[in-house]
Formats: sequence, structure tokens, C-alpha cells
Amino acid sequence: MKNVPGTSGLIMNEPLLWEKGKKGRKGMSIPAADVPQVEMVSTLKGAGPDFPDLSEVDIVRHYTRLSQWNFGVDTGMYPLGSCTMKYNPKTNEKQAATPAIGAAHPMLDDEYVQGTLKIMYDLQQYLQAITGMPAATLQPSAGAQGELTGMLIFDAYHRSKGSKRTKILIPDTAHGTNPASAALCGYKPVPVASNADGVLDVESVAALMDEETAGIMVTNPNTLGLFESNIRAVAEIVHAKGGLVYGDGANMNAIMGIVDISKCGVDVMHLNLHKTFSTPHGGGGPGAGPVCVVEKLKKFLPVPHVLKEGETYRLDWNNPDSIGRVHGYHGNYGVLVRAYSYILSMGAANLKKASQLAVLNANYIKEKLRKALHLPYDQPCMHECVFSDAKQHELKVSTLDIAKRLIDYGYHPPTIYFPLVVPGAIMIEPTETECKEDIDQFIETILLILEEAKTNPELLHSAPVRTKLKRLDETLAARKPCLCG
Amino acid sequence: MRYLPHTQEEIAEMLAEVGKESLNDLFSTIPDDCRMEGDIDLPPSMTEWELDAHMAQIGASMRVTPQHKVLVGAGSYHHYIPEMIRALASRSEFLTAYTPYQPEMAQGTLQGIYEYQTLTARLLGMDVANASIYDGGAALAEALLMGLRINKKCKKVAVSKGIHPHHRQVVRTYLQATDFEIVELPLGEDGRTDLASLAEYSDLAAVALQSPNFLGVIEDLQAAGEKIHETGALFVTSFTEPLAFGLLKNPGECGADIVCGEGQSMGLARSFGGPGLGMFACKDKFTRNMPGRLVGETVDKDGKRGFVLTLATREQHIRREKATSNICSNQGICAMMAGMFMATLGGTGLRELAQLNHSKAEYLKSELRKAGAEIVFDSPTFNEFLVRFPSDFKPVYKQLFDNGIVAGIEVGRYYPQYKGCYLFCATETVGKGDIDAVVQEVRR
Repeated sequence: MKNVPGTSGLIMNEPLLWEKGKKGRKGMSIPAADVPQVEMVSTLKGAGPDFPDLSEVDIVRHYTRLSQWNFGVDTGMYPLGSCTMKYNPKTNEKQAATPAIGAAHPMLDDEYVQGTLKIMYDLQQYLQAITGMPAATLQPSAGAQGELTGMLIFDAYHRSKGSKRTKILIPDTAHGTNPASAALCGYKPVPVASNADGVLDVESVAALMDEETAGIMVTNPNTLGLFESNIRAVAEIVHAKGGLVYGDGANMNAIMGIVDISKCGVDVMHLNLHKTFSTPHGGGGPGAGPVCVVEKLKKFLPVPHVLKEGETYRLDWNNPDSIGRVHGYHGNYGVLVRAYSYILSMGAANLKKASQLAVLNANYIKEKLRKALHLPYDQPCMHECVFSDAKQHELKVSTLDIAKRLIDYGYHPPTIYFPLVVPGAIMIEPTETECKEDIDQFIETILLILEEAKTNPELLHSAPVRTKLKRLDETLAARKPCLCG
Repeated sequence: MRYLPHTQEEIAEMLAEVGKESLNDLFSTIPDDCRMEGDIDLPPSMTEWELDAHMAQIGASMRVTPQHKVLVGAGSYHHYIPEMIRALASRSEFLTAYTPYQPEMAQGTLQGIYEYQTLTARLLGMDVANASIYDGGAALAEALLMGLRINKKCKKVAVSKGIHPHHRQVVRTYLQATDFEIVELPLGEDGRTDLASLAEYSDLAAVALQSPNFLGVIEDLQAAGEKIHETGALFVTSFTEPLAFGLLKNPGECGADIVCGEGQSMGLARSFGGPGLGMFACKDKFTRNMPGRLVGETVDKDGKRGFVLTLATREQHIRREKATSNICSNQGICAMMAGMFMATLGGTGLRELAQLNHSKAEYLKSELRKAGAEIVFDSPTFNEFLVRFPSDFKPVYKQLFDNGIVAGIEVGRYYPQYKGCYLFCATETVGKGDIDAVVQEVRR
């Protein structure tokens, strides 16, 4: 096969930091003391940590080599389902590093920091416009903390009505963070099975919803990549029993400018700025998980909340009904600036176009691979499509093998073995920033791998072979944990 | 739009392949009554150059400028950050990667985080550090929840009033929907936590102290740890200025069971308070109760050393509602940067920088004292301390601000008993000349 991105290259070895260096080296120029040295009280004084001493060149080479063992969106296609690995624009990085913003101390009086407050206020307005919701907070640091914020708002709302509810409905397709976040509020998650079409049935929600139940957490589009078309009816049932509807916005990238969240009956929703709004994932974070709410829940949002009065921005600390702070300051502010830059760069028409193209790319992949891979839910998909390895079982080839072989060809594998309702799931989310040639090449590569599965399955079992390391022993890592060098 | 690569022809070809007439047809499963009417109400899109100009304008509207000397810490510190850290952390192989779920193509992130965990554990004198929590506030909340999991029968935790007030607020938020109770331990006249009231409680799962505390005072962690352990509670220590451990005994030496704190000082810009870094470490025996991701060493098929995410059975994607935490995304690249910063300083540099911070703050302290200001606490401090002025300081503060110096923050909002007192911080970024200028204005 021609033109696969992955080829072998020179891979440098590099030891651990403390396996190199010499005592007395320094990688930083520390200013000379211009004041008298004052000793620390001897009873409090310690010896200082045992860190390796390295020069600037030692460190630059070390991390440059490490980076070359890594793969990011800038390296190649990263169709990791549910993670929206779209291109992370370079200008966003520049804007977040604007000197006056980068140097802004978070505890100064409002009059000194009008610019940083304006960005917060405007971003709140933009996220409200994108979701159709009337109020928002930017404080949550990631999606899961957004969920926790939402669940605390549920709890505060029910308490304001004089009741403490104990259960929460969560579809079986949900991310693990949903039940974990709900459990922090003392809610017992009650699983709701999705129907044969992969979406929620009105009847199954009606059968489970009662006045002990705080509400429902719905990811829409769901993790099968399907729009929950009964969402309004589901919301009506939940509302009729006094409950609230939480929208997990992890998959917002499918529906910007297309769906009005407030019209779906959703009361609280978080957005993942590190997914939909193009901020980089940083190999694990930081993210940002702003939460949007309907009018009646606005008073429960975290404090302080930024307000605009005339042409002046102000932090409002006085909200007796607020659930309180979820972050020490104003959330992952630098991430907020990146998302703000993205929204301003895109504008309304391009955000909608992004969702349309994300959905087009996913449907195109679904059509092109449906013969070769088992498609458990044959529905028009949104921004991602979910296959399984059912057709490969007889070849003794698994989802994991296919994923690992993709690495040899220069692709990051899709999300695998999730959602849990599909055994051996392969969840592909191409995003809108992949062009047609690259998607065609990816499809061709998958088909090639599925051919290899028939002719030489050992190629898949032993993959990857072109990386610095071959398959890693995860069992050993867990059985004899070595977490510190 | 430059981020959207599809040409009209390609869109037409792809639509034909999926059997749709138009892009709108792709959304046929969305009911009409869920749809957005009209366009999203947003400003017109900007070119890269328009965005630059817009952001420059916002930057210019900030009264506090990058040229200001900011003598404020209070949980967010100005330290010099070597350019190489920005350069290395900007390498897009690190920056644009997801969580390292496929270890064979993420060894860079994994080794880097393993190194961060190791240096953090050494800095804090603990056995194990995790791959990070969001920030100091969330890390403290997670530490107390962990204490409640370990001491299952106890429903109460105690937190010192010396802990950053915002972090205490985050703890209250995290625990408000549970039946756990939080008690606050007062500060004594010496600015250290008064542990006398500990004797009143027999059912504390964990007791948390911050050192140096919010008002700058270094707690006697060793003595506090002994008293806390006598009650059967776990000893949790937090921090907002990890640089202090270049000079001070580390929390592990003082008997801490869980150590958590804000790591912004370790190579991260203040950036209006985020992204920061929740550092989190504990003793070996509590590892399986830890929240958050952990990177561990292993071998590949050929026996070569490598790294993977491990002990995932604690985490939400496996354990769901029984997980040790709901955290998924953490502060990945910030932890990498902190690792880079610690490596850049090394043991020798960290010691020197910590000593310099202490000396600068002590000089400011002694000069202010000479100028007639009262240093509120006699207890030892690191690079921050609380000052009471003989007369209203606000006009002096405003004058100094106009002269390019931010002279502390007033703490009355958090500590009514110290209303009118200012918390000052001096790091290596403050010159003797800046300090003398502050003192001169105070004398005026």
C-alpha cells in the first residue's frame, strides 16, 4: 500500500531525568542576591529534595526526545471517539499567552483586571448563545467537574423545594464520569437501558422515574453517536415528577447551530472546551467544563460570577443560594481564552459548518466500512460511528489487535471497548478538520488491516512493531506497581 | 475558514456516498422542535490579524500590566519561568495528544508524567504522587474525601483557618451534598493553627493544615502531626507555595499521610488563576485509595522499560459510581511543565531560589518594620507575611499602583479580625530597589 503516514524513522533513546546530570549543574539563571541572606529558623529547615542537577541543553534534549515518542493531532489523524480530537489552532496559544493576561494575578480588585473579566463575560454570552441557555459559569476545570457542578445544582434545587432525592437515572451508554459525579452528591445511579435503536425509550424512563429520583443525565448525541430523538418526551416525564434533566455536552461538536439545547428540555449542561472548542488536550489536560443552566437554576451557579454593569465588569460574590466555588480562582482561565479565540475566529456560520462536516465525515466512514466491520446500530449517525469486531472473531482477531495495527500505519486508534453496550466496540470520531484524502487513506488502511487479519493475523497480534516499544505489559504494572523512581 | 478543509466538490462527493442531498439532510434524526431557529448570535468571524488586534486591545485595557511588580502571592506567585519550558511544553506532540490510552504512541507523555510524579514525591517527602488534580482547591477536597474513605467510620473532617480561604470554600462545595461535616480550626495569636479544640472531637477522619499558611506563617507541622495522629485522624497537609520545600522540612518528614496543594509556582504563569496544578501525594499504604491517574513502570514484549497508566480499577471509567473520584481529564501539560521546572532548577537551584525568596521577603519585612509598620505575626514565614500599618494604607497602595507596584492584598474579606492588614509576598522577581520604593512610600 502506498502513502501510509507511518514509516520507520530514527528513534533516540533517553534515560530518566535522574539517570543523567551532575551535581552542581543548573538549568536556570537565578538572579544574584541583592539583599542580605537571612537563614531559615533551624528547627524548620530541611535538606531540600533529591533532584538531579541538569543543564539547559540536558533538559531541552531530554524533552525533545520524549516528545518524539508521542503522537498528537498535529502528527496525524486521531479519530478517538468521544474525545473530539480536532485541530488545535496555533493562534489560540498566542492569545492565551497575551502578556497582560498571562501575568494577571487572580486576586486583584476588579478595576485593575477589566480585560480578563471582559473575556469571561463575553465567553459566557457566547456559550449561552451556542446552547440557547440563559446563564453559564466558567469555573469547572473539566467535563467531570462540570458534571459535579451540575449535580450539586440538582441537589441545591431539590433542597430549595424542601426535598432530598436519592437516585439519578443514567443511560447504559453514559461515560463513567456520570455515575461517579452523581455518587459524589449521594445519588445512587439507576441505569436505563437504551432500546434496540440505541436511544432512550420514553417508556423505560417513565417506568423508572419517581419522586425519589433527582433527574436524568443524558449525553446527547449519545456515545453510540446517535441523537436522542425522544429527548423532549423524556424531559417531560422527568419534569412531571419534579426532576431535572442534565445534558452531558461531550458531543456538542455534532450539533452547534443546529440544536437549541434549551428547547430539548435540558436544565443543566456542561460543555467540554477541550473537545468542541478546539483547546488542546495536553496529554490529559487541562480541560474546561463550563456549565450552562436555565433561568430558574441561575441562582445556584458558583460564585464569584462575572457581571457587566454599563461598560464595567464586576465579580459578584454575593449569592446566598450559590453552591459555592468549585475552583480556587476562575477556572482554567488560559483554556477559556483559547476557546474564546476559537469562537471569535469561527463565527456563527463556521461553527455550524464545523458540526455539519464532522457529521458528514463520520457518516462517510460509516458507509465505507459497514461491509467490512460489524455495525451494531445501523442508524444515521452524528459526529461518530461505532463498529465492533464481531466479524473478526472467527479470525481470532480482536478490536485491540486492529487498534494496535493502526499504530504501525501512523494513525492513532479510535476509542476501543466503549461504549460498554457494544462488546468489542470501535468508536470512530474523525472531526471536521480531517480532509477527504486523509479520511480516504484512513479507510483504506482499515480495510488493508482487515485483509491482513484474514491472510496473516500474526501481523495484528504482534502490532505495533514500528514504535519505540512494543505492546506493554499492563498486568505487570498493576500487579507490582512502580509509581515512583 | 482555514480549519475546515472540505471543498464544495468533496462535500458533494461525500454526500453522494452517504446518500444525502444536502448537509442539512444529515440531521434528519433531530426532531424539528429541538432545532435552533436562525443563526447563533455571535460576533462576525475574525481573521487571525483582527483577532490579534482585538486581544491587544483587551490586553491594553488591563490596569495591571506585565511591567507591574506584583508583591502579592495569596496562592498565585510570580516566579521567573525559563523560556525553554514554554518552548518544550509547546511541542505539539505533547500538547495536542489525548490522555495516553495507547501507551505505545504516548511514551513521551507517560515518561514525562512518571518523572513529574517522582520529583513531586521527592519534593514532598512522600512515597507516591499522582498525575495531578485540577488545582489546589480540588486537590484538598479530594484529599479529605480520601481521608473519609480510609477512616470509613468517621464522618467529620477538620480544616485549619490558615488554609487558603478559596480552597476551604471548594471543600465546602464538594462536601455539601454529603452527610460529612467540616469543622474549622482557628488560628492562634501567633498565626499558627490552634489545635486545642482537637480534643473536643473523637470522630475526625482527617485534619488538614496548610504550610506555609495563607497568612504566610510556617506551621509547626511536626508537632501538629503528632497531636493529630493522637486523635486517630489522618494528617493532611496542603500548600500553595511548593518552592518553600527547597528550604523547609518537607511534609513527609513531619509525618503527613496525604499532601496536596497548588503547584502553579512550579513553572506556570499566573494567567488569572488557571490553569494551575493540583499536586497530590500520599504514603504507600494509601495508594489504592488515591484519586486520579497514576503512571507506572512496566516492560514491553521484548522486556524493554516503558510506562503505562495503571491501577485504573480505582478510576471512574472502570469503577463508575464506586470510583475513588470522578476525575478524568486532569492538568496533564501543566504537570509536564512542573516536571520540567523542577528538573531545570535541580536540587541545587531549588535550594538557591528558595533561599533567595526567603531573604527578599525578610528584607521587605525588616524595612517595613523600620518604617513603622507592624509585622502581625512573629512566627517564621517563607516569602509571604501579614502587615498592619499605623494608618489607612489604601492611599499608599493606590500611589504605589500608579508607580508600577502592587503592594500586597488586603485580607479583611477573609479574616475580619485582620481587616486593614495587607498580605505581602516577595519572590526573586522583586529587586531591592522595588522594596525600597515601597518602604519610601510608606514612610511618606
